[in-house]
Amino acid sequence: MKPVIDVAISGWGSYIPMYRIAVEEIARVWGKSPKHFREELLIDEKAVAGIDEDVATISVEASKNALSRAGLGPKELGAVFVGSESKPYAVKPTGTIVAEAIGATPRVLSADMEFACKAGTECLQCCIGLVGSGMINYGLAIGADTAQGAPADPLEYSAGCGGTAIIVGRRDKEKEPVAILEGSTSYVTDTPDFWRRQKCDYPSHAEAFTGEPAYFTHTTSATKLLLDELSLKPTDFKYAVFHQPNGKFPLRAAKILGFKKEQVEPGLLVPYIGNLYAGSSVTGFSAILDVAAPGDRVLLVSFGSGAGSDAFSFVVQEGVRTKRDAAPKVMDYIKRKQNIDYAIYAKFRRKIVL
Amino acid sequence: MRRVAILSYGLTKVERHWRKSLRELFGDAAKEALKDTKIPGLDALIVGNMCASDLSDQNNIGALLADYLGILPSTAYRVEAACGSGGAAILAAYASVASGMYDFVMTGGVEKLTDGVGGDTTYSLGKAADAEYELFFGSSFVSLNALIMNHYMHVYHTPREAFADLAVLMHKNGARNPYAQLPFEITREIVLNSEKIADPITLYDCAPVGDGAAAIIMCPLEDAPKYSDDFVEITGVAGATDTINVSSRSDLLSLNSTVVAANKAYKMAKVTPADIDVAEIHDTFTITGALSIEDLGFSEKGKFNKLLSDGAFEPGGVVAINPSGGLKSRGHPVGATGSYQVAEVTMQLMGRAGRMQVPNAEVGLTQNIGGSGSSTYVAILRRAR
Amino acid sequence: MSVPRYWREIPERSRLEASKCTRCGNIIYPTRARCTKCGSDSIGPYQLPEKGKLLTFTVVRNPPRGFEKMAPFVLGIIELEDGARLTTQITDVMPGEVTIGMPVEAVFRKVSEDGDSGIIEYAIKFRPTF
Repeated sequence: MKPVIDVAISGWGSYIPMYRIAVEEIARVWGKSPKHFREELLIDEKAVAGIDEDVATISVEASKNALSRAGLGPKELGAVFVGSESKPYAVKPTGTIVAEAIGATPRVLSADMEFACKAGTECLQCCIGLVGSGMINYGLAIGADTAQGAPADPLEYSAGCGGTAIIVGRRDKEKEPVAILEGSTSYVTDTPDFWRRQKCDYPSHAEAFTGEPAYFTHTTSATKLLLDELSLKPTDFKYAVFHQPNGKFPLRAAKILGFKKEQVEPGLLVPYIGNLYAGSSVTGFSAILDVAAPGDRVLLVSFGSGAGSDAFSFVVQEGVRTKRDAAPKVMDYIKRKQNIDYAIYAKFRRKIVL
Repeated sequence: MRRVAILSYGLTKVERHWRKSLRELFGDAAKEALKDTKIPGLDALIVGNMCASDLSDQNNIGALLADYLGILPSTAYRVEAACGSGGAAILAAYASVASGMYDFVMTGGVEKLTDGVGGDTTYSLGKAADAEYELFFGSSFVSLNALIMNHYMHVYHTPREAFADLAVLMHKNGARNPYAQLPFEITREIVLNSEKIADPITLYDCAPVGDGAAAIIMCPLEDAPKYSDDFVEITGVAGATDTINVSSRSDLLSLNSTVVAANKAYKMAKVTPADIDVAEIHDTFTITGALSIEDLGFSEKGKFNKLLSDGAFEPGGVVAINPSGGLKSRGHPVGATGSYQVAEVTMQLMGRAGRMQVPNAEVGLTQNIGGSGSSTYVAILRRAR
Repeated sequence: MSVPRYWREIPERSRLEASKCTRCGNIIYPTRARCTKCGSDSIGPYQLPEKGKLLTFTVVRNPPRGFEKMAPFVLGIIELEDGARLTTQITDVMPGEVTIGMPVEAVFRKVSEDGDSGIIEYAIKFRPTF
């Protein structure tokens, strides 16, 4: 898919909360060995949102970082979309809270998207469409989550917090494009691998079923479709970012498709911060933009349970160099950390019934 | 302007008066004040109260109390200036007599903090602060004063112990006060080791929560001998304000409302701080007491602790500070405190203070603060006979 | 806090929109009807800076109603780069590590929730500059 008007990335920004809990600490409480999580799933610790943080606050900081890099005032945004599966209100858009806090209101389009972990790239597709149709000049797409893993469930070890904002603009109006979009695809089926019913606090999942029929089918299919459409091969890419529920899945998807470990590793953040859910693939992408050079081709592939994948091919431009230092990088946020124990984690994440 | 006298006073013990309602409590104080005066009646009742609306679901206190006391159809209304309500009521009553508008005015205050349960009372008291820009962030009366205390210690390097010593002096005095809520002595260690509320303020830096009522009867000075054998004159009275929001104060370490009100009152009474024999000042927290001492001119800025340790503020010292025990030990029935202070100084000047008596007390001062320093009401009283 | 009261102050509390006297240039926050310095009623809009230093603080251990689950938290007065001051919470720091004078920067955070069914209230807090 390609819009009628070519689009570019004008700015990008991320935010990751400072607290961390190590897999050892979670394993200690539930009497498990951390070995499986560290060595097989490649997760060391995960990011934990502070008691005063949520998807709205994470989105606001990521958005302000993106605006700083884009060199834009907030009123130039025509759309603010927030993709998340842990939005603060069941009914009341996070998008308006964010749009108001960054000063983009009132002449702006806004909504929240939900498609599990691919909600962030959903927002990106929407912004591409709105900008690419000429309806707006700039669109802000945010993927952010403070998703919960049920206590003692395997997902508790990996459910992290954080998010990324990407500003899409018109290629013909962007003086310093960060990257240009070559094209994107979407591959979606009704595959119930992971879900959360309305009144449940924690999600449920179909265990091993989340692998081949869900994650791998959709990520590889979306990617193959994209490569076909654009007549590209894995070796044409410098970097490949896949959705990161753990460290194992993206490396295996890469292997299946013919990508190398070296293309994936620079964007593999899950060992340090866990799975950011709707913020996962877009934050991996943000980390790549923090280090990429003009001319690099980057593959971005998300996966959302339920299920589907969006795949994008971007070519990095000169703007990445001039804009990069205008905001903290993903690694700056990763390095800013304070480890906490399970008790404080349970307090912050409201697992204590108070 | 006529000169104004205080004919009599009445006060209740400060404590958790579970069995007394708002009207009954004020009634006790009022009856005490009216006893033995031969006045023909009351022209007006001006009463201070802060929390009745929140904790007792009662507004319209003036009419309520006038009705209860049987003084209908006299004028009656409530004055509210947070914890300075009592002091503000004194000012309003003085003005109404001095202007010639009324001859016999009862002023006072009443507070039933225990009508609220735990969090309700703190929440209601917090409303003295800026609701949108201070309370919104989870601040309360204690934490706002803690901000000031922390800054004070940082700037003047005053040891923490100095504040504890002020609380110790308050309790030493209050142990002699039959009306006090906490009439027992304490030690420095008790203060320092008590529970932290908002660092660095601990439980024993704070005035307790209690109920009380006080009433004062005023009349023109020239008529006073007709109605009472003993009376004092209010020679100076003033009120002043400062920013409601602590962060907006031009000097975090000075209560400008106290400085201005005190200067106006001293000028009106034609006295200086050195002339004051006894002072009942507003020590909601030890830091408030320290700042009040300095801003009333009893000590240089940043130096209250030096004079405190020299015994300057004990009864018989340079100026006896809070012989009643102050807000810390006598207690702080918020809207009534300003009235208590005036009753206590009157007691001192009339020689009726019993074990609290400061010898040869001729000139006394009261200082009542509203909020974290947003207003101050000062009164200066002199022995008339 | 009632919905109208929360909503009305969003520009001030969430975007640090303040006022400035157009006659003498004095920064006024919270806003007033007249300039706090020269008394003029000619007041215009002003955007506060997002960086400053911590003038004083306290650690709240006995929070007021609605803030019980946030304890202990740090309350402080910030002096911004332009000299304006405001009261707010200091976040992303352990109470024992807060020092007077530390450089701080503005962040958008949750302040409280009106129970389980009421609105969520957000505002600018400050964190140690990173």
